[in-house]
Amino acid sequence: MSRRISYFEASARARVAALADAGSFTEFCPPAQRRTSPHLARLDAPVAFDDGVVVGSATVDGQPVLIAAQEGKFNGGAVGEVHGAKIRGLLERAAREKPAAVLLLVDSGGVRLHEANAGLIAISEIMRALMAAQAAGVPVFALIGGSCGAFGGMGIVTRLCDEVIMSEEGRLGLSGPEVIETVKGVGEFDSRDRSLVWRVTGGKLRRALGEATRLVDDDAASFRAAAVAALTNHRSAPGDLASLKAAQAALTERRAAHPDTRDGLEVWRAMGLPQPEAVPMLAADTFNQQLAQLATEA
Amino acid sequence: MSDARLFDALFGAGQHEVVIDGHFVAGPARLGNTPVAVIGTWDTAAVDGDLALAIAGEILRVVEADQGATPRPIIFIADTQGQALSRREELLGLNGCFAHVARCVDLARRSGHPTLTLIHGEAVSGGFLAFGMLADRVIALPESQVRVMDLRAMSRVTKIELERLQTLAKASPVFAPGADNYWRMGAVSTLWESTDGDWPDMLAEELAQARDVAGQDIRARTGAERGGRDLADPVAREVAGG
Repeated sequence: MSRRISYFEASARARVAALADAGSFTEFCPPAQRRTSPHLARLDAPVAFDDGVVVGSATVDGQPVLIAAQEGKFNGGAVGEVHGAKIRGLLERAAREKPAAVLLLVDSGGVRLHEANAGLIAISEIMRALMAAQAAGVPVFALIGGSCGAFGGMGIVTRLCDEVIMSEEGRLGLSGPEVIETVKGVGEFDSRDRSLVWRVTGGKLRRALGEATRLVDDDAASFRAAAVAALTNHRSAPGDLASLKAAQAALTERRAAHPDTRDGLEVWRAMGLPQPEAVPMLAADTFNQQLAQLATEA
Repeated sequence: MSDARLFDALFGAGQHEVVIDGHFVAGPARLGNTPVAVIGTWDTAAVDGDLALAIAGEILRVVEADQGATPRPIIFIADTQGQALSRREELLGLNGCFAHVARCVDLARRSGHPTLTLIHGEAVSGGFLAFGMLADRVIALPESQVRVMDLRAMSRVTKIELERLQTLAKASPVFAPGADNYWRMGAVSTLWESTDGDWPDMLAEELAQARDVAGQDIRARTGAERGGRDLADPVAREVAGG
């Protein structure tokens, strides 16, 4: 049994290595090609030879997949022109090659401000390419458990995915707590209150609301096991009229069901979890069992 | 600031029944003999979950109503200051509401509805990403604005001096606000720079062009042709292979 690898602490390349079958990964547009961002260079900001994202093909449990992994430690995993084009190209390759799935290892605050326009457009292009891959029959899974979470446009991209695999440490949202605090004040969202931040954006809340499809512990092997399970039996996201009408009804119902909720605690309490206050400390398995129990009773 | 006279200018008086309801606009209109559906945000909307679901719901109604008939063109109106900033919206997953809107736009496209966005006022960040930016063609109306963040805020976050950003913005379209920058980068198809001209005719021409590109994402290629975004197309093609 190998040593436990914290997914949160691991680099993008270490995550890919932990997920892929040994020796199966082939990188596209690798660092040797020096595809750096000219826009960062113009602002004298540090560049990376992979522009902060690793893309390639691999097998996972013997099944062919395409993988993109964002490096949260480079500019917060933010999407610029080259970074975004690599993810978009990977999704276009998926529509043609039809692998078993695309795995997006998201670790990103969203658009890279140094090249904000290019980043925003790139995310829109990723969204279109992702939906085109799904329309071609290729499922896309997001894996979230890094320090930057999945915010901004990458938070939207994540919610387009067929499966969202998260750890409690991972966070998912649109505007980060710091942005909301800066614009609306500390009374709206205290970004330094870490437990509040996680109760509003963290993996357990997302799993409870059904946005994350699988909750795992912060362990690369657990992420891999969840990815293998998703490959075997994934929840597809059909884009037909009937399914989207059902999604519309569900999203509308959720807003009505939580009319004033501003804290994950209230969601857990309303769901009837046995000890709402203890939820943040629960191991993923225990939490999953509690959710399963509630589903059986319902 | 949104101006209700917009719809008279676009379709001609008496040629539309667009209803403005706070920050949401929707209704049928005619462009010559072609019926179209108008859906959008109004008056510098901060797009929250309710508004996103109103847009999505309207798209679904149009798609359902046109089943078995000729799919009407959908004209999106984008006037948004970006996504609503609130803890409650984050908790309830505003990003998921935006993704849902995007899936509805994609359904409309796959169902054969030509899509076209008119930026009226301003189009900012997440509020624009959700629907307007996904259309087959995007037109920036006179004096409209497109941006992620203004330069002052960008300077604060990136810790790069404002003067430096202002100087660089003159040479590069890549980070500074401006509909013209988005045109150079391929995300705005056309800039309408004057209020003169026959807007219904111009709009009909744009719709014809939207039909021609339906289903393709030509923005990176366009950005390269216009000299505003050189790397997106070649890098994506290198990774896509084939």
